[in-house]
Amino acid sequence: MSAATQAPPEPAPALEVRKPPVRKRLVPYWLLLPGILWLLVFFAAPLVYQASTSLQTGSLEEGFKVTWHVATYWDALGEYWPQFVRSVLFAAVATLLCLVLGYPLAYLIAFKAGRWRNVVMILVIAPFFTSFLIRTLAWKTILADSGPVVSVLNSLHILDVTSAIGLTEGTRVLATPLAVVCGLTYNFLPFMILPLYTCLERIDPRLHEAAGDLYAKPVTTFRKVTFPLSMPGVVAGTLLTFIPAAGDYINAELLGSTDQKMIGNVIQSQFLRVLDYPTAAALSFILMAAILAMVTLYIRKSGTEDLV
Amino acid sequence: MRWLRRNAVVIAGLLTLAYLILPNVIVLVFSFNKPNGRFNYEWQRFSTDAWTDPCGVADLCGSLGLSLQIALWATIGATVLGTLIAFALARYRFRARSSVNTLIFLPMAMPEVVMAASLATLFLNMGIQFGFWTILIAHIMFCLSFVVTAVKARVMSMDPRLEQAAQDLYASPTQTFLKVTLPIAAPGIAAGALLSFALSFDDFIITNFNAGSTVTFPMFVWGSAQRGTPVQINVIGTAMFLIAVLCVLAGQLFTGRRKRS
Repeated sequence: MSAATQAPPEPAPALEVRKPPVRKRLVPYWLLLPGILWLLVFFAAPLVYQASTSLQTGSLEEGFKVTWHVATYWDALGEYWPQFVRSVLFAAVATLLCLVLGYPLAYLIAFKAGRWRNVVMILVIAPFFTSFLIRTLAWKTILADSGPVVSVLNSLHILDVTSAIGLTEGTRVLATPLAVVCGLTYNFLPFMILPLYTCLERIDPRLHEAAGDLYAKPVTTFRKVTFPLSMPGVVAGTLLTFIPAAGDYINAELLGSTDQKMIGNVIQSQFLRVLDYPTAAALSFILMAAILAMVTLYIRKSGTEDLV
Repeated sequence: MRWLRRNAVVIAGLLTLAYLILPNVIVLVFSFNKPNGRFNYEWQRFSTDAWTDPCGVADLCGSLGLSLQIALWATIGATVLGTLIAFALARYRFRARSSVNTLIFLPMAMPEVVMAASLATLFLNMGIQFGFWTILIAHIMFCLSFVVTAVKARVMSMDPRLEQAAQDLYASPTQTFLKVTLPIAAPGIAAGALLSFALSFDDFIITNFNAGSTVTFPMFVWGSAQRGTPVQINVIGTAMFLIAVLCVLAGQLFTGRRKRS
């Protein structure tokens, strides 16, 4: 996705070319004006405003005033750090699962599907069109206590293992961390598959043949050729799944219990129910900063800085 | 065993596909359920009641109509504004270019809750009444970046010689734009518009913060998850899925025929 935002190299300026008249040079600015104004007023300004709200104190009756009350941040962190940790943890596990589950499917579409490619592609995208809330609710049926999934997991004694490490509780899956992670993985899986697919599709199949000619086993070919070449897709996919998953509160609300609240749930209830705007603002700022920091670090580490 | 190892990727991929589609199958099956009580999570018995009376639940079709209306306007707004920006970015070199690129990228890289809460704070403090207009403003805001990305990718990959050729054949700038540039950019614009429609229609988080007491379709579903889910929700979900598949198939037939002729 972000690879497309890269500018092509600027053409070398030819000396004899005269500068276009001023009227012509203003054209791009006129094209930009309405859209950029929209983003400045309804995206950038609210963020700045949010920053000032996080430094306010007061109540709904008396009104809020900016008092530079930085302590809101410490109080919010002190009270809600478990939800922060949980959000990052759940999102990270879901992202990893998305990568593990999504890679074979992206690979299948790119190299193995042949004339079925379009059909598989439609099957990946079409479920999107059923409202994701309805699909998430369907997981309540799938993971129901008396449902087949739970009884199979139970008879294979998998739930004993997951309960032992705290992923599930007893013989239940619903209202446990496992259910939330399952929902997160499911909801953000297409965001992993699509960038992976676009990246894999661009790989020249002759490279695979060349690796085979040099006596590389399929696994070695994958490890040394395919996977490294798909890195931009892996990075884009992990970002596209991790960022929304960390801020999500729908899966935790519908599939989890009060013990699995993520930071999104806290922001939502602080803003819409408790009406404590400064705390909600401070929490969303911490979330934004944390994600920005992690994303920057991740992009540095994965060595694809030209991506963003 | 050897067969299994050779086809491991295909099997794993198909399993993932099954994981992706399973909930849709459940939604389809449970649209024919006759639930016992308010919730539709357990199979009782077969019935087509919900399909013959999809609007049988109070406010459901009203919220659906509202969502469609908002999605339509949001698509028009975001597509027009986004296409203009995309052309400016793809065609011109100007000083603010990299800051504009960053401003376009940020909304896509920001958790939705953060955007939702900050926009709602702004509306709240400006004393703006939450409702149709605040939802529309918010939706145009977050769809815009996706349109810009889709259109820009298309315009950037276009061969500049085509336009030069048109000009060499004495086409005026307007003619060149209408007869050459726009048709080439059209698939990108269409993709951006389609994406905006889907995103706006399905958005819950941002709408949740900026809707006040206005109920869009996702908000109706959310509310019903607490109060009791009518079967009609599954009917609408299945219908949406079928309409999407039909549209894709029609599109494929259309492009396939055009390629052949």
